[in-house]
Amino acid sequence: MEVIKDLWGFMKERKKYWLAPIIIILLVMAILIVFGGSTALGPFIYSLF
Amino acid sequence: MKKILGISAFYHDAAACITVDGKLIAAAQEERFTRIKHDPSFPTNAIKFCLSEANLTIDQLDAVIFYDKPLLTFERLLQTYYAFAPKGLISFLKSIPIWLGEKLFLKKRIYDGLKEINVYNKRELKLLFSEHHLSHAASAFFASRFEKAAILTVDGVGEWSTATISVGEGNAIRPLKEMHFPHSVGLLYSSFTYFLGFKVNSGEYKLMGLAPFGNQKSKQTKEFIKTIETELIDIKDDGSIWMNQKYFKYATGLRMVKDSKWQKLFGFPRRQAEDEILEQHYNLASAIQTVTEKIMLKLVAETKRITKTDNLCLAGGVALNCVANGKIVKEASFKNIYIQPAAGDAGGAVGAAWAAHFMYFNENREQLETNDLMQGTYLGPEFTKGEIQEMNKEVKAKYQYFDSFQDLSNSIALKIEEGSVIGWFQGKMEFGPRALGNRSIIGNPADTTIQKKINLQIKYRESFRPFAPSVLEKDVSKYFDLEAPSPYMLLVAKVKEQHLIKNHQPENKSSMWDQLYHIRSHFQAITHVDDSARIQTVNKKTNPRYWELLSSVKKVTGHGMLVNTSFNVRGEPIVCTPFDAYRCFMSTEMDYLVIENFVYSKTEQPHHLDKEQWRIGFKKD
Repeated sequence: MEVIKDLWGFMKERKKYWLAPIIIILLVMAILIVFGGSTALGPFIYSLF
Repeated sequence: MKKILGISAFYHDAAACITVDGKLIAAAQEERFTRIKHDPSFPTNAIKFCLSEANLTIDQLDAVIFYDKPLLTFERLLQTYYAFAPKGLISFLKSIPIWLGEKLFLKKRIYDGLKEINVYNKRELKLLFSEHHLSHAASAFFASRFEKAAILTVDGVGEWSTATISVGEGNAIRPLKEMHFPHSVGLLYSSFTYFLGFKVNSGEYKLMGLAPFGNQKSKQTKEFIKTIETELIDIKDDGSIWMNQKYFKYATGLRMVKDSKWQKLFGFPRRQAEDEILEQHYNLASAIQTVTEKIMLKLVAETKRITKTDNLCLAGGVALNCVANGKIVKEASFKNIYIQPAAGDAGGAVGAAWAAHFMYFNENREQLETNDLMQGTYLGPEFTKGEIQEMNKEVKAKYQYFDSFQDLSNSIALKIEEGSVIGWFQGKMEFGPRALGNRSIIGNPADTTIQKKINLQIKYRESFRPFAPSVLEKDVSKYFDLEAPSPYMLLVAKVKEQHLIKNHQPENKSSMWDQLYHIRSHFQAITHVDDSARIQTVNKKTNPRYWELLSSVKKVTGHGMLVNTSFNVRGEPIVCTPFDAYRCFMSTEMDYLVIENFVYSKTEQPHHLDKEQWRIGFKKD
């Protein structure tokens, strides 16, 4: 959660809202990478990529 | 009394330091503990050492500060990939998972890393981030004794910035001007480091050492300079540069340059690491060194123009280019110049800690009684007599113990005069890239065979770079064209005419080794082919033991000068502990080892002929 808060604060500070879509997509990917090791999410990732 | 832990990590040269009330208590690079050169990992060992040296726990710290702002770097990455898209897709796919998995969660990594060291209250911990170039600027300005100074930082890249000009006054630093990625003096120099077959981020010294072999007057070198200045870069009047991205790949690729385009431009392919070094290579090295010096002098002139101060502080990786520094000192208009000895990223930890102390906590700066706050860079671990004796027992070492240090240095001076090579280990380990007489390999610079001996039998390399001299501070101008002290080996100056051998140019100028081994000076081992030397001056106050040894050497040989090279073999970080030193001593042809007041003679050590048992394979740099 802290990283999302930091990223939002950062975008606000730098006024770089246009980066929001790519950051959101990358964050979703990050979550998948972090949890990718678990068996429950594994097949989901493989079918996506 | 503010207690601050500074950290640099995750890129290269991880390090940590602790300041208490602005005083630097301890600082060390992680590589010295893990024995992995340029180790970028979280500096657990270095932090443990710093905390124990300051006798503090994490809970007692007022702040922990990281030397860089990762989100700004992330922004730069995204924007760069966006600007260059669809180029750089492969690099994007490789680097983004690292960011998503590790660097984006840097705060968590720092919290977790600290947890491994001590249990602490996370809610109470103040975790700060300093901008990369502010860390560099602070590392130079706050270390100096200047009340007001211009600050120039130049490196590869930190977040967006590649060079900055700021002004420091009292306890504040005010940025004035910045150069932004992808245009970078550091990355330009690293591109040539790469093209000439050396490792980026560590081989830049080699490129600098190769440059003097080039013939400045040759048509080829002049052509190279012209090509660099017309095709690769555009140097503006203020010293900023514009780099033609058509020829470079570092912004989005996994290499520094576009090899085929450079081959067409310079007329030869990229040199591979173990390939022979030819005339074209050192002429190109000479060309880029000349261009870099030109840019640096313009940047310094611009710094003077906009700050109008008499003092200059320099930091950032490019400030380790001591040849350029020598020219800045000689030609620039600043009265006083201070260069941070740990000018690279490791020193960023120190700068970040001072930025927190003076700027964030608004603490006052006091007038210094010493030359600077770096304490000669002797900020690392030191070892007690008991700890050394323990090591002696463990390895069954045979040694002689001297109660009197003066007797020891007189005895070692005689051995040096005879041509012996000594491993010299005293007091606190140096912080930064140089060995400055506490973890050094030393010898007699007047001995014509010593350079070959140290290179081939101790360092296990055939190096084209001469060694640096350590010289008594009061004698420096006797031997070199240098009036100012150079305690951190950051200045290059010419050897005085009377110590050079006249008409010493070798007949065959095209062979690098002919040039190198051709006798040209009474101090052959420290005189480069262009008659220059990278000087360390030693005074009694900063390093009394090394000064004592140099004084003893002067009594015996007539000159208070030594060859000084770092205590390690090729690819190995400088030794940290007595055991590291003993192991390095036993695995090489070093004749004697001195650890504090213990002296070890190679021939007396058990199994001294079996070097293999002590050897560790380090990755070649």
